[in-house]
Amino acid sequence: MTQASPLPPAIHFDNVTLGYDRHPAVHHLEGTIRQGSLLAVLGPNGGGKSTLLKGISGAIKPLDGQIHLTQPVAYLPQSAEIDRSFPINVFDLVAMGLIPSRGLMGRVSRKDNERVTQALAKVGLVGFEERAIGTLSGGQMQRALFARLILQDAPIFLLDEPLTAVDEKTAADLIGLLRDWHQQGRTIITVLHDLALIRREFPESLLLARDVIAWGASDAVLTETNLQRARHMAEAHDPFAAACERAA
Amino acid sequence: MSAYDILITPFADYGFMRRALVGIVALAFGAGPIGVFLTLRRMSLVGDAMAHAILPGAALGYLVGGLSLGFMTAGGLLAGFIVALLAGALSRISVLREDASLASFYLISLAGGVVMLSVKGSNLDLLHVLFGSVLGLDNATLFLLVTASSVSLLTLALIFRPLVLECVDPEFLRSVHGHGGRVHLIFLALLTLNLVSGFQALGTLLAVGLMMLPAVAARFFSRQIGPMMTIATVIGLLSGVIGLLISYHVGLPTGPAIILTAGLILLGSVLFGPQDGILTSRLPRPHLES
Repeated sequence: MTQASPLPPAIHFDNVTLGYDRHPAVHHLEGTIRQGSLLAVLGPNGGGKSTLLKGISGAIKPLDGQIHLTQPVAYLPQSAEIDRSFPINVFDLVAMGLIPSRGLMGRVSRKDNERVTQALAKVGLVGFEERAIGTLSGGQMQRALFARLILQDAPIFLLDEPLTAVDEKTAADLIGLLRDWHQQGRTIITVLHDLALIRREFPESLLLARDVIAWGASDAVLTETNLQRARHMAEAHDPFAAACERAA
Repeated sequence: MSAYDILITPFADYGFMRRALVGIVALAFGAGPIGVFLTLRRMSLVGDAMAHAILPGAALGYLVGGLSLGFMTAGGLLAGFIVALLAGALSRISVLREDASLASFYLISLAGGVVMLSVKGSNLDLLHVLFGSVLGLDNATLFLLVTASSVSLLTLALIFRPLVLECVDPEFLRSVHGHGGRVHLIFLALLTLNLVSGFQALGTLLAVGLMMLPAVAARFFSRQIGPMMTIATVIGLLSGVIGLLISYHVGLPTGPAIILTAGLILLGSVLFGPQDGILTSRLPRPHLES
């Protein structure tokens, strides 16, 4: 779990249980993510990956335990949670990344507009400023959300399945951005499914199937035994489950 | 009959027509943008529910203070805010979705209002509350209409960014701002304010019409939220002016004439609107090179 690393902690989980309607999606999570980590979160559907990211981002509150953040986070939600039928354009979507620095009602200066343009250029969306978000492809939408992260400029980035429905070229570009951010010293936590990609690009992994199956160096986590164990997690809630009595 | 006689004379000759015009302009400016947000948030029927919710409050105000603008407005606002707050709170702390809790509370509010009136034994004439009196707007009512729409526009400008964000990406809003959820309540308060001021002119039920019909029509003119709100306001203004004139020349009841005009404009927009109109989108158009 906690590595023998000199780097200070970015996020500490103190016996954290996250979930809905008393059913835990993440159960008694304990451990520390160090600053500058490049961590892949993987596991079966319903294993608690998205719930964990929502918990860290503050979108949901833990049922139990505490999440200690030492730095601000920026969060890229799953694209399915974004209402793309809403009539706003790419520029405005990306400019939302200015909110942490400018506030919900703050004035956006000409310099801020330039930052938006630069972020769009960085993700390869020059010329898309005026396009309605509803007309973007899956890959273009992810590029726009990456541009929003760039503007948020937080030390910790949380990304929920950023490479879903994305073609190879886009995936390669976006992974390049993740690599850059990692080199800048940011803490990157990404939900992913592609094992080969995780082995290649992510030094650390967290295998989550409601309980932590394994957490540490990716090679040690992504073993056949661990993956088998994760696969056996029951997907359905047991409606008659007894109250958990693990020490709080 | 010249165009001047048809379009200008009624307003030049009669004070009540000029007052009606001012009232309608105020309503269109306040209600149009709110209506656009309602349609975009798939809450088109919430306006109607809220109109029912404020009805008993207004009627109770009438019962206590007679045909007093202050009492009826206060009663309507109070009933609307209470229903909106309770519905919002219940959907957050229980498994009920907001539409279910809103439907429950407005029905309870409506029934409660009717019971209170019957216990009082009053033979209350609800016609005024139901259908308004756009041709009988006095100074105080005009002042209320203009104030409500100014407050509404200014508040909407202030909360515009978080409100859009709440519609597009609520998880993101919560991650960048802990109190983002409150913007929804402020929006419901603005909705109530517009409906309460609208019932003075058009009545509770038709006030929703001037809010929703132009907003729905605006979708057929633009895919951008800013232009949509402007277009909805312009359609509201046009419906108001044309409706007033039809009502004057043909002798139709004013509120329904205004709403039917808005309905006709909506029909035209659905068919011929430049953005996805049913007939316009079937016109053969060459596709572009890239």
